[in-house]
Amino acid sequence: MRLYVDSAKCSGCNACRVACSLNLFGENNPKKAAIVIEPHFPAPGVYEVKVCTQCGDCAAVCPTEAIKQNEKGAYYVDFAECNLCEACVPECPEGVMFVRAELANAAWKCDLCGDCVAVCGTSALWIAEKEPVAA
Amino acid sequence: MNGYGGQILRVDLTTGKITKEPTPTDVVRDFIGGRGFGAYFLFKEVPQGADPLGSANKLIISSGPFSGLMIPGAGKCDFTTKSPLTGGYASASMGGHFTAEMKYAGLDSILLEGISPKPVYLFIDDDKVELRDAADLWGKGTIVVEKHFKEKLGEEFQVAVIGPGGENRVPYACINHDYGRQAGRGGVGTMMGVKKVKAIVIHGTKSIPVADLAAYRKAGMAIYKACKDAEGLKEWTRYGTTVVTSWCDEVGALPTRNFSAGSFEGGKGIYGQTMREKIVITDKGCFGCPSPCGKYSRSKKYNINVEGPEYETIGLMGANLGIDDIEAVAQANLLCDDLGIDTISTGNAIGWAMECYEKGILTKKDTDGLELKFGNIEATFELIEKIARREGLGALLAKGVKRASQKVGKGSEKFAIHVKGMEQSAYATHNATAMLLAYMTCDVGAHHNRSWAITYDLQVGRDKVVPEKVARVIWLQNFRPMFDVLGGCRLQWVELGIDRNLYEPALEAITGVHRTWEDLEKVGERIWNLTRMYWARENDGFGRQWDMPSPRFYEEPPMTGATKGQITRFEDVNTLLDMYYEQRGWTSDGMPAPATLAQLGLTELVA
Repeated sequence: MRLYVDSAKCSGCNACRVACSLNLFGENNPKKAAIVIEPHFPAPGVYEVKVCTQCGDCAAVCPTEAIKQNEKGAYYVDFAECNLCEACVPECPEGVMFVRAELANAAWKCDLCGDCVAVCGTSALWIAEKEPVAA
Repeated sequence: MNGYGGQILRVDLTTGKITKEPTPTDVVRDFIGGRGFGAYFLFKEVPQGADPLGSANKLIISSGPFSGLMIPGAGKCDFTTKSPLTGGYASASMGGHFTAEMKYAGLDSILLEGISPKPVYLFIDDDKVELRDAADLWGKGTIVVEKHFKEKLGEEFQVAVIGPGGENRVPYACINHDYGRQAGRGGVGTMMGVKKVKAIVIHGTKSIPVADLAAYRKAGMAIYKACKDAEGLKEWTRYGTTVVTSWCDEVGALPTRNFSAGSFEGGKGIYGQTMREKIVITDKGCFGCPSPCGKYSRSKKYNINVEGPEYETIGLMGANLGIDDIEAVAQANLLCDDLGIDTISTGNAIGWAMECYEKGILTKKDTDGLELKFGNIEATFELIEKIARREGLGALLAKGVKRASQKVGKGSEKFAIHVKGMEQSAYATHNATAMLLAYMTCDVGAHHNRSWAITYDLQVGRDKVVPEKVARVIWLQNFRPMFDVLGGCRLQWVELGIDRNLYEPALEAITGVHRTWEDLEKVGERIWNLTRMYWARENDGFGRQWDMPSPRFYEEPPMTGATKGQITRFEDVNTLLDMYYEQRGWTSDGMPAPATLAQLGLTELVA
């Protein structure tokens, strides 16, 4: 399973990012969310949303094996084992692997909790099976 | 403090001194936040008789306990000041993402005090607060300035900015944010111009504390679920506020040719359906909103992108000017946004001028050669520019319709559509007595959003003048503004019809204080009475006469449309006020009685 997004439906409200920070950290702080919304205004006037595809590239390079899979098969960061080395960040093809030492003492990423989907009023986000990767 | 940023920021622009103080707990208890904070600080701190354009006036910017949290629509920011348009209380609510960012920077209110000796912008990045030089930005439009800051500082910064209209002290200048959200009414943008603050840029990375995390997440999720399950979500999101355009036209509430009628023969050209098909490209939401009413549009004809137009702009810049082309309305909207003037007041001012021209009260000599007939799109565009720059006829219209009509005279006062000097928003009220009363008694002048009662008029009989109608207006005035106090948005309740009781457990989990809607309505009533006392304190002879509507709504029945031949009787206007004052616990001249003030705990504050 993974999170999907249709950017054309995003209204840029950021509800997903607050819900995300509440799930990951128990905090109201969208700066600590694992979804990126890039507004492109005034032109062309669209939002571009980046979400984790659960590709696992981050886990593959983590020297402390802090990025593990949960019961849903989603990769998540075990905060206790992360040493903030940032090796995972450049590996992420979507730019949704985060290390901001001033905000948190561990890296963070999407753990597929689904709270973002629950608050999205425009159905821009959903969770479904991973599509097979084209050969 | 749970649910709050915890600090009030004061910026003395005269000296450049920047201070912070803890958010006062007694003000939180009695006024909660947002508009409540604004009303309290205005009454308490701006000295009696202060010149709105002088250094003693303040601009008070406030968030509420919902701001920045996982609550639908928690993106409303209150701007309060002594209005340069009306000389009374002004409070304008702005959507978008600014207020959430205030909370993440730990701020509940920002008070702009004094006057800067030179153009500046206020820079806030968490605890770093600075006044920075804005000489290069002065004179520029809002769009290019917001873009400048986004490119320079990054998308995480939120920007509130004024245009040339505010710089030139047009008394109905607005504050712009997020390329199309405004604090529009009453001249809050003028105050930034007076203070020489071109923009406020803000970024915060703090987490907002709540009292009971688990209960708050559950309660917040329940409100989101109710919104998403609501039957009306799809239609509301598709059209936003423009969904009412066709309805208003059908029932005779669409202001047409300076409110001389309520139906427009060219209405179809500006309906929400037409707009959606022709120009809308993106649904644009305020912070945390599951039902985004913002419509971002692209007009090929004018080669522009603009947020909106909203219904109010369509009413005042469309039908009210006899313009039936939604793309022309979009262009007028963008001009107003970029120049930083309120579309509602501007549409009124131009509508009044067009009527003056058609009646021969203004001639080409007065209009700088413009053929100022209803429907003249190019003249409308030109006048918007002139108003913002206070040039030619624009200098007259930039006074607002009350002052402009007093200057011109010749009977033009009778069709200057305003209450207390604030131009009326987009509901024609020839035969809608609850909505008329709502305009007459609104706390800032003729604005609709405190008590949007027009649907109630249709439900119970639009010309009926009964105590129940008055009670409904009062209840809405106490209740609806509470969303602006809490830092939330009323439209999930109004348009999606969600159960308002869902908010009670959320507010309690966030703040740790149990408050029922009954308690909250009491706070709403307290604020309503305090701002009434403010009007009286600042204006000699304030009273009943100030609550009278434009004579157009009791003297001139429309000649066309759904309300053809219909009018509110003058004695009914007075009966409405009698009932209103009595139910409010006010004197027959519209002043809160001592017992009313005492019961609301205001005696000491207003003494």
